[in-house]
Amino acid sequence: MVPLNWYMLLSAVVFTIGVTGFLMRRNIIIMLMSIELMLNGVNINLVALSHYLQDMRGQILTFFVISVAAAEAAIGLAIIIALFRNKATAHVDEVQEMKG
Amino acid sequence: MKLYLLIPFLPLAAFVINILFGRTLIRDKAHWVSCPTIIGSLVVSVITLIDVINGKIINEDLYTWVVSEKFIVSIGFLIDQLTAVMLIVVTGVGSLIFIYSIGYMHGDKGYYRYFAYLSLFVFFMLMLVMGNNFLVLYLGWEGVGLCSYFLIGFWFEKKSASDAGKKAFITCRFGDFGFALGVILIFLTFGTLHYVPVFDEVKGVAGQTINILGWEVDLITLIALLLFAGAVGKSAQIPLHVWLPDAMEGPTPVSALIHAATMVTAGVFMVARCNPIFNLSEVAMLTVAVIGAVTSLFAATIAIFQNDIKRIIAYSTISHLGMMFAACGVGAYAAGIFHLYTHGFFKALLFLAAGSVIHAAHHNDIQRMGGLKKYQPITYITMLIAALSAGGIPGLAGFFSKDEIIWSTFASGSPVGTLVWILMIAIAFFTPFYSFRMIFLTFHGKFRGTHEEEHHLHESPPVMTIPLMLLAAGALGAGWVGIPTILGGGAHIAHFLEPVLGHPELHGTHAQEFGVMGLSTTIALSGIVIAAILYLIKTYLPLRLAQGFSGIYRVVFNKYYVDELYNLTIVKPGLWIADSFIERFTDAKIIEGIVNGVPRSIGRFAGILRKVQTGITQHYAIIMAAGVFILIVLILW
Repeated sequence: MVPLNWYMLLSAVVFTIGVTGFLMRRNIIIMLMSIELMLNGVNINLVALSHYLQDMRGQILTFFVISVAAAEAAIGLAIIIALFRNKATAHVDEVQEMKG
Repeated sequence: MKLYLLIPFLPLAAFVINILFGRTLIRDKAHWVSCPTIIGSLVVSVITLIDVINGKIINEDLYTWVVSEKFIVSIGFLIDQLTAVMLIVVTGVGSLIFIYSIGYMHGDKGYYRYFAYLSLFVFFMLMLVMGNNFLVLYLGWEGVGLCSYFLIGFWFEKKSASDAGKKAFITCRFGDFGFALGVILIFLTFGTLHYVPVFDEVKGVAGQTINILGWEVDLITLIALLLFAGAVGKSAQIPLHVWLPDAMEGPTPVSALIHAATMVTAGVFMVARCNPIFNLSEVAMLTVAVIGAVTSLFAATIAIFQNDIKRIIAYSTISHLGMMFAACGVGAYAAGIFHLYTHGFFKALLFLAAGSVIHAAHHNDIQRMGGLKKYQPITYITMLIAALSAGGIPGLAGFFSKDEIIWSTFASGSPVGTLVWILMIAIAFFTPFYSFRMIFLTFHGKFRGTHEEEHHLHESPPVMTIPLMLLAAGALGAGWVGIPTILGGGAHIAHFLEPVLGHPELHGTHAQEFGVMGLSTTIALSGIVIAAILYLIKTYLPLRLAQGFSGIYRVVFNKYYVDELYNLTIVKPGLWIADSFIERFTDAKIIEGIVNGVPRSIGRFAGILRKVQTGITQHYAIIMAAGVFILIVLILW
């Protein structure tokens, strides 16, 4: 049986990859994927601890995270398509409309 | 339903309808709204008068207007003998002037506005005379002042008209300030503003003094003088008389209604209404009598030398108002109100007839008129009746009221009364003199204008001449209600007003009364005769006299330089302060400093903050991550 530490380690690694990717990549699709990675890192953590503590609430919360992630991915992709149609780019450095 | 409420609120309804729908819907049919309503008011006023004659006095509160701890004021109405007389003057003369206006203002582009303001004026004037407390009086008082401003400046495209409106409003403000202080002092003294309790309790505070800046001042005298200050402004007495002649810039029917028959008499009405207060202060009575008499003579002398037909009548109005105050000042309030009532008819008639002349001649200068008798016979005859009535020729309305005043001043027995009486006798000469100078120069002799102007001369339409004829009937017969007892009359109006105004103490025999009457009549007739000699027979004489007494002539012709004096002492310094201090410092530095400074500093702060918003998505992401990191550190510490 795999001990809890390993799951925690895996979760931390996946989450860190997500954070690093979100901060360092410029392609907006990669950034969206990084967000998914962060969410899944959290999911691993939740499920592992849920099993370890014998408490189902962690797994219930995981389902919520998955469904929210699905919705977020749908909207995020829609925004990306709209952006691409207007700017013909998926590179966030080239989009600075928010500059005050 | 209280029937008397229709009297003020019918004109108010006319105002609301005309001002809301006048420009788009009603336009040149505005008189169909205003005229029926004021005639309705007149009908109800007559019914009310009959009720009052039958002894039905109304004094009731209808609505609580202001409640602030002990300061409780209601909108209420007091309809007694004095109010009933005023109602007849306001609505009766008002109705005729409204009808006359249809002809006079025909085709003016502000036609609906004219009738709207006129209706609003009548509403405020009626509130002024019908109120049962000082605050309703004050409401009407300020309201009529406002409407006067609107109507003097009615042709506001003309600079002189809009200036005259401002002058009237600002000059009256000096007096109204005193009036407001008087009303406040009444409340502080009596704890109420209703007439009846104030007048009941006023005897109790007689002799009390009040400390003002270290001076012990008699309370009643102070209240009376402050109230009288308001009357001085509104009724154009010295030293605040300067606005009334300039007010002639307004349309002539306005001059007839506001600046002859009603608004300017509000001061006299107020003094008469407050007679229990005035009676208790000898100083105040003295002031009223002296200011009235001096103003009266002062204005009468100016009227002699004026060439503007409306200004002559304006100075004549000031002179007659002075007579009314003089009567009130010797305690003969009923005589003052009686003169107010007859004056309303003959003075409105003089104005409307002058309006009819101006309508034909298209200017106001009597030196460029003459011989209008044959073009305007109705105007001529009605104006002649008005002048005879104003001059105090026996049998006409003006005679009875004027004689009542002259007799009251003579018979009051005090030294002031005698002084005032001497001035009144002088005025009895001047009034017919200047009235007939005006008539002779306007209607007699040869026309002195250009040939083309003569071509335009014509009689006014019936809508104007019929009100003239009706007013002429008033100028003839309105005085018959007050024929003195020695001439076989009943002096009905004096008896009618006695419950409100009291009865003056008169000391004199019948022989003296006849003597005074005979004297004033002789003097009045001699005034007409001398005017006839100077302006009909020896027409070269006036010019020669003016050259002979050029110093006096110049001073009087320039209205004793009062306007110039005020210009130098009040207007110029006022403008200087406004210009160099208020505009350059208060406005530019303080007010604009605050108004512009606050948004400017907010803008500067925002300018710093906006630099955070780079628009680069990564920056936002890093800030978010840093925030999360800081939160984690803080929680796990």
